[in-house]
Amino acid sequence: MKVTFSVNGTSRTVDVPSDMPLLWVLRDVLDLKGTKYGCGQSFCGACTVHVNGEAVRSCQLPASTMNGRKVTTIEGLDAQASHPLQVAWQELDVPQCGYCQAGQIMQAADLLAKNPKPTDEDIDSAMYGNLCRCTTYLRIRAGIHRAAAIAANNE
Amino acid sequence: MTTDTRDTDRGVPPGTDAPAHTRFDRRDFLRVSSLAGGGLLLGTFLDFDGPALLGAAQPGNAGALAGEFMPNAFIRIAANGTITILSKNPEVGQGIRTMLPMLIAEELDVKWESITIELAMSNEAAYGRQVAGGSTATPTNWEPLRRAGAAGRQMLVAAAAETWGVSAADCTTEAGVVLHRASNRKASYGELAAKAATLTPPALNTVTLKDPKDFRIIGKFTAGIDNRKIVTGQPLFGIDVTVPGMLHAVFEKAPVFGAKVASANLDEILKLPGVKQAFVVEGTTNLAGLMPGVAILAETWWHARSARRRLRVTWADHPTAQQSSAGFASKAAELFAAAPQTVARKDGDVAAAFAGAAKVVEANYEYPFLAHAPLEPQNCTARFADGKMEIWAPTQNPQAGRQLVATTMGIAEADIAIHMMRGGGGFGRRLNNDYMIEAAFIAKQAGVPVKLTWSREDDMAHDFYRPAGFHKLKGAVDARGKVVAWENHFVTFGEGTRFAPAASIGGTEFPIGFVPNLTFGVSTMPLGVPTGFLRAPTSNAIAFVYQSFIDELALAAGKDPVQFRLDLLAQAATITPAAGAPPVAVNAERMRGVLQLVAEKSGWGTRRLPKGSGMGVGMHYSHRGYFAEVVEVTVSKSGEAKVVKVWVAGDVGSQIINPSGAMQQVQGAALDGLAEAFKQEITIEGGRAVQSNFDDFELLRITEAPPVEVHFRTTDFPPTGMGEPALPPVIPALTNAIFAATGKRVRSLPLSRHDLSWS
Repeated sequence: MKVTFSVNGTSRTVDVPSDMPLLWVLRDVLDLKGTKYGCGQSFCGACTVHVNGEAVRSCQLPASTMNGRKVTTIEGLDAQASHPLQVAWQELDVPQCGYCQAGQIMQAADLLAKNPKPTDEDIDSAMYGNLCRCTTYLRIRAGIHRAAAIAANNE
Repeated sequence: MTTDTRDTDRGVPPGTDAPAHTRFDRRDFLRVSSLAGGGLLLGTFLDFDGPALLGAAQPGNAGALAGEFMPNAFIRIAANGTITILSKNPEVGQGIRTMLPMLIAEELDVKWESITIELAMSNEAAYGRQVAGGSTATPTNWEPLRRAGAAGRQMLVAAAAETWGVSAADCTTEAGVVLHRASNRKASYGELAAKAATLTPPALNTVTLKDPKDFRIIGKFTAGIDNRKIVTGQPLFGIDVTVPGMLHAVFEKAPVFGAKVASANLDEILKLPGVKQAFVVEGTTNLAGLMPGVAILAETWWHARSARRRLRVTWADHPTAQQSSAGFASKAAELFAAAPQTVARKDGDVAAAFAGAAKVVEANYEYPFLAHAPLEPQNCTARFADGKMEIWAPTQNPQAGRQLVATTMGIAEADIAIHMMRGGGGFGRRLNNDYMIEAAFIAKQAGVPVKLTWSREDDMAHDFYRPAGFHKLKGAVDARGKVVAWENHFVTFGEGTRFAPAASIGGTEFPIGFVPNLTFGVSTMPLGVPTGFLRAPTSNAIAFVYQSFIDELALAAGKDPVQFRLDLLAQAATITPAAGAPPVAVNAERMRGVLQLVAEKSGWGTRRLPKGSGMGVGMHYSHRGYFAEVVEVTVSKSGEAKVVKVWVAGDVGSQIINPSGAMQQVQGAALDGLAEAFKQEITIEGGRAVQSNFDDFELLRITEAPPVEVHFRTTDFPPTGMGEPALPPVIPALTNAIFAATGKRVRSLPLSRHDLSWS
């Protein structure tokens, strides 16, 4: 079926099976490889993107539900790659293998948009569903605090 | 600093005729050539530990840039000042892509931010060993790569000295510039490159290395070179590869490992939307190679995956279809009832020592199979054309993959090019290249480039699992609390003394060499489940068993667990090993150092904790690293255990090369160990793995990650690797802490199987 939706600010029309998850539309049809496949069952969060401003698991969203919606992926988080999370992640060297990080950053961006000064508990609660097999969680927590501080200074 | 993934320009060009297995004596070669445009190309041929080789690479090799005559340069300096350093090892999150170039850049004396880092192709003939395994990259590259950098610096200095008519000894370097202070002259490396290229290179063993106090890059927090690509979502990992004209493949294998395809509804599958090809792969009987299955190729992965849901395969009967974890446990109990099949080590007289001991302790321990579950599922892209195979793979062991493809498919190794893509985690899983041979075979048969991507369920069902194991232990202490006897009957997998992969224990494992009367016996049972190396292989299991049992002996002796270990370490000098036995591997002084350090930092023995809270300690030597760890835990009355904090003390020698990467590896290893201890297990039933995804094989979550405080003890030994040795001690430190908190001794894993409630 034909589906038209916005990806990182650009309108895209794709002709795909109606049950093809947004994850695979992004990766295999639109060639946006930043969003990652980890489990296909919403257990790991590696495929997290924003749809209409909310962090969601793109592996669970059939193409048929995407008409008219606005998708932001890691590639579109910030045109200059200067989102506070992207800056903090590089400054604190958060990634280990890095595979989960697009999902972690997109989930954390959703958190910061709603709660600019999260506590450790807020972070744990928001990031609970994003798995990191390398367990770089201590730096993810520190990275979110650092990003919150960067954002506060930018204002 | 920029990274350049233009790796197709370099590396082993298909058709290069290099004598891949010629072994030279330890010799280092250094060659220089002129780049087009007057640059310096410094190619170092290093005999690391591995099969050496090297051939005189010829000008004009396919793949080399015009004017470069060797594809294996570690350093390239162009006249325009661009300095390129080659990063030679596969990256799976251990930070090696960043760390190895630091060694070269330090001694070349350039600014880290100014260099371009280029990734190597798989070519052990040119670069030495390229394996992400065994925490070996640091010890094997620490000196050779620094010498490669120092040789470059020495030639640039010589070029400047000759140009200025001054003594090289009066010249210094700083951040890519040679200086002659007396005459106030300076020249950049780029300006000197053409001249340097005309000079005779020094022998690597003659170059002078920096005094560590002058290090500007080594020892500094250095962020990963791929971080910008990671945080902006640029293609980077194996799974991100796209080759023009490629199809997406899925590959269905039998859930019973190695079962053959009897029949499949291929006609129906071929009619499904987007499907281009579907065929049976006969496969081999090698559980680590090409297994039988059905390949489906389609326009997108989702088309292939959707078609696979309609696939109906009848699998042939297979002799291992009745295997189960429960069956292995019963067989182990049977084997325990008899004497060990093999006695691997015998020191002193255990029978006499048990008879004369003050206290004897007996306990059985066991641990389950484990999956690696790297977050990036196995994948590989392959293109076969004109008799040559080109492969893009997130592999930890590319040369082994090349050999597997060569032997399975009858393609010459020289006709196989392998791009080492960043791996989304490895943990030892990608030391096996089963997914590589699958992609290569499917691509050749299909006649089109193919990207094979496994599902998470495929990965869980077809891992090379950490083997389960069973231990029957008996130990004794004398009236003064000294360990006088130790006996272990280890039941593992294999046939006779041919062990399944990663299922054996070395003949020097602690406390061998520290207990006067000791026997280590082994019995094996057959296994039809693929096994392999999981981060800190063997150690991740044996530390749990031995360090827990040592705590049991400490309790029997009425001694503090830390003091008891210190006393045990002091016993080494008193032991006379059996004739012909290998020497003790553990340096007691280094182990004592980290144990005392972690006790001090954790406040061991200085805090009184209420019931339900406790601290436990574990120590372990593996991969040339010494680690002791303390865990503080609280266990609720209903039995919920939560780690409050972990303290780690490590000794990996004289220098922490990248403090950021080192901290990441140590904290990651400690938390990884907690995940294994708390909840991970692969159960075999009906010859297959029961668990299938992250709902039943759980990873650690952010809510379960306690603070991990890390301290390094610097000692006068060459630096060693960090990927693994911090993992093993955390598991017994946790279970010993649970005992301290609740009085419940944990003798099997995972903890999720135990009732830890107390009143």
